Amino acid sequence: MDTARTHFISDVGVMLGRSMRHILRSMDTIITVTIMPIAFMLLFVYVFGGAIQTGTDNYVNYLLPGILLIAIASGIAYTAYRLFIDMQRGIFERFHSMPIAHSAPLWGHVLTSLVSNAISAVVIILVALLMGFRSSAGVLSWLAVAGILALFTLALTWIAVIAGLSAKTVDGAGAFSYPLIFLPFISSAFVPTESMPPVVRAFAENQPVTSIVEAIRSLLAGQPVGNDIWVALAWCLGILIVAYLFAMRIYNRKAA
Amino acid sequence: MQNQAIQVKGLQKSYKDLHVLKGVDFVVGRGSIFALLGTNGAGKTTIVKILTTLLKQDGGNAAVNGFDVASRPDSVRQSISLTGQFAAVDEILTGRENLIMIARLRHLTHPRQVADNLLSRFGLTDAADRRVSTYSGGMRRRLDIAMSLVGTPQLIFLDEPTSGLDPEARLEVWKTVKELAQNGTTVFLTTQYLDEAEQLADRIAILHEGTIIANGTLAELKKMFPPARVEYVEKQPTLEEIFLAIIGKKETK
Repeated sequence: MDTARTHFISDVGVMLGRSMRHILRSMDTIITVTIMPIAFMLLFVYVFGGAIQTGTDNYVNYLLPGILLIAIASGIAYTAYRLFIDMQRGIFERFHSMPIAHSAPLWGHVLTSLVSNAISAVVIILVALLMGFRSSAGVLSWLAVAGILALFTLALTWIAVIAGLSAKTVDGAGAFSYPLIFLPFISSAFVPTESMPPVVRAFAENQPVTSIVEAIRSLLAGQPVGNDIWVALAWCLGILIVAYLFAMRIYNRKAA
Repeated sequence: MQNQAIQVKGLQKSYKDLHVLKGVDFVVGRGSIFALLGTNGAGKTTIVKILTTLLKQDGGNAAVNGFDVASRPDSVRQSISLTGQFAAVDEILTGRENLIMIARLRHLTHPRQVADNLLSRFGLTDAADRRVSTYSGGMRRRLDIAMSLVGTPQLIFLDEPTSGLDPEARLEVWKTVKELAQNGTTVFLTTQYLDEAEQLADRIAILHEGTIIANGTLAELKKMFPPARVEYVEKQPTLEEIFLAIIGKKETK
């Protein structure tokens, strides 16, 4: 147990290096998690944007938080996929018969999700800057934004872990993410909720994405965040804890 | 005790209603090749999983290198390696990256050096920097076994090492296994091919309907059955012999 514990960090580091190579060698992953969200951003800003009334003069500023959430939601589908492939092939059995911590392979996938989503978020923000995104946020606000995005990523990643561990087919491993990618569309990410019919509006205003989007938007605009940030944090932490507990239970049952 | 790599007593395992192992007993001597023979579904892989700490038994005892698998799994894992039924290699990484990854996980001081040595030992140096997804079945299996040798474990488990391989690749694997044993590694292998056990193993145990029904050297097993009779039969070459003769690999055996 001792060697397994003392080397936990370096073992997870090896796992991280492995999965990051998987991402960098998969054009499909790079396109979906980075280029697609950027294409969405271009489409909404330069095609639909002229017709959308948000009450702000800079639609890129309005749009960016929602685009970041969509990128994360499509990124975690690949975490489920990579985990599913590892379970199917013999590689997890090899890891589990080696003197390393039992959970190291799983944490490798979780950390990979966090790192790769952070990279794609940075790329998207850089493109947004080119498109006219401007922020008056200070260092603390940016740190808060990074923290919320990291928590959101972790919460969705643990949902992805559940999907990856319990899926029966490759398609099943990724399918769970479609509703998650769709959630930002029925929120205040692209248009203000005031324009929606009552039932849709009620849903949009009470689902997690809206509070997260509003909190990030206020932080980036240097405005007071009010209640949104606490609602956003509560959603993220709540989902994170529940999904983590479920995922760990399945992992310990499935992977001996 | 000191001369035994594996001791198994009264091993039991059920999956729901299916009673797979009904009291399995055997010992494996250090430095020997032990073959566990049985049909598909006889429970060979279940035994391998229990001995490599991937699965917990329902009853009985199993000790590997003197450590109980249930109570000291971490000590067991220090001294073994598993080559599972399906090649446990990373398809997206290169052969070299696969070996370096395992060497890092075993916390060896010179992962690159270890990888280079194994690549040349297994004839994979030319393919070292290609992705494993481009490898043939035989190369993949060789890399798989090479990965199991990282850190020179005392005991290596090979679960059906030649299933799904063509005859040529099969001979390659046999050669590798023989070399392992010559270097003092204990080899525990499962197979459903009789000739494989005959070719490789010092001792053979036959697992049938949840228990070991025969266990001994090839000579001992032969004695248990009707004595040999002299018969005159025209010896036709097997298709395998024909195949190997045609592709000119017969002499490599």
